[in-house]
Amino acid sequence: MTSIAGYRAPYPGTQPNHLHPPYVSSIKRAPTQPLTAIPYTLSEVTGPCFEPTIVSAAAFDLTKQHKGEPLGERIILSGRVLDENGRPQANTLVEIWQANAAGRYAHKVDQHDAPLDPNFTGCGQAVTDSEGRYRFVTIRPGEYPWGNHYNAWRPAHIHFSIFGRAFATRLITQMYFPGDALLPYDPIFNCTADEKARNRLISVFDWETTMPAHALGYKFDIVLRGRDATPMEDK
Amino acid sequence: MSLQATTSQTSGPYFLIGCHWLNCENLATEGVAGERITVHGYVVDGDGIGVPDAMVEVWQANSHGKYAHPEDKQEKPLERGFHGYGRILTDTRGAFRFTTIKPGSVPGPGSSQQAPHLAISVFMRGLLKRLTTRMYFPNDERNASDPILNVVEPSRRSTLIAKTSAGSPRALEWNVILQGTNETVFFDLGL
Repeated sequence: MTSIAGYRAPYPGTQPNHLHPPYVSSIKRAPTQPLTAIPYTLSEVTGPCFEPTIVSAAAFDLTKQHKGEPLGERIILSGRVLDENGRPQANTLVEIWQANAAGRYAHKVDQHDAPLDPNFTGCGQAVTDSEGRYRFVTIRPGEYPWGNHYNAWRPAHIHFSIFGRAFATRLITQMYFPGDALLPYDPIFNCTADEKARNRLISVFDWETTMPAHALGYKFDIVLRGRDATPMEDK
Repeated sequence: MSLQATTSQTSGPYFLIGCHWLNCENLATEGVAGERITVHGYVVDGDGIGVPDAMVEVWQANSHGKYAHPEDKQEKPLERGFHGYGRILTDTRGAFRFTTIKPGSVPGPGSSQQAPHLAISVFMRGLLKRLTTRMYFPNDERNASDPILNVVEPSRRSTLIAKTSAGSPRALEWNVILQGTNETVFFDLGL
């Protein structure tokens, strides 16, 4: 008899649906058939484990990847990865990517008429410490236009990819900045019904991690799905 | 303590910048035990067009049916150099390809055994949260009693089973069809 504790379903309204028509790309890519509910098995409660050494010691600092300093406002971005039970998620891989200070990605598909920065690629990695903490040094990304609707602009954001302990906990999200005037207009930020859940994607200015005469600090905590307390009994 | 999980957001079109470093299109290095297979296919959107900005992630057991993860307590051997994780980005035509070994059987609910399968996550521009699915193997009699395949509507089960291609049992074709008549079965894991 194998009993497996699954992961909790999200609080209603706190996760987007696949189809969100204001985000036009979802229309041809969201599944049209209902998803099939399956029981949790060993395949979903396990997941890739990475040695901390997979990440180079310099990968947390996106301002030191080239000969010179990138243009833009330097920031310290830090936070913790927790689960819904409040437990720190130690030793988990966090990946980030972002546009440069002018709002341009170092990617061939991005043809926005803003300059590339030869000193900025916009890619970083970290592995959380024993208390679930991560830290990046980067520059504040610029806002940029996109083709979703007339005069569409993305608010400044940084993409986050996190693994957690299991296939079930895998998450890709985006972090925003406080006070960004574009947030109310952005269909991606607004794809989630629950306003509090949306607002948790906005980082918080943080005095304690701000470095005098060097860089502003922003905090962004990430919560991965929590385990159900009791295993499901299967007959 | 009860927190709420962070809201998912799309990977967008530029994830290559942040995700390329961990690409792994060959999950099983030389010397890893098991039947070596190649899987190729397309990620296809609702217009029948290949998705050039999708990322496919694979999670699987080794050929003995053991996951390289502390929660797998089975007394089966681990394979040195085999972690069970792959990350593959689609090309400009929406095609992906990877090489691995066929996994062994792992336990399912109750006393059941699962047929060999790959657990798959798919991310792309246009998807606000990932899609999860599985790839099973053709001509494997264990598919008939697989506890997950058996909760899938019978007429749609074939979307989860790869096909042999080019007459070789080791070259498998499996597509991720996002919409339409052969729409792939995606799972609700409470995501």
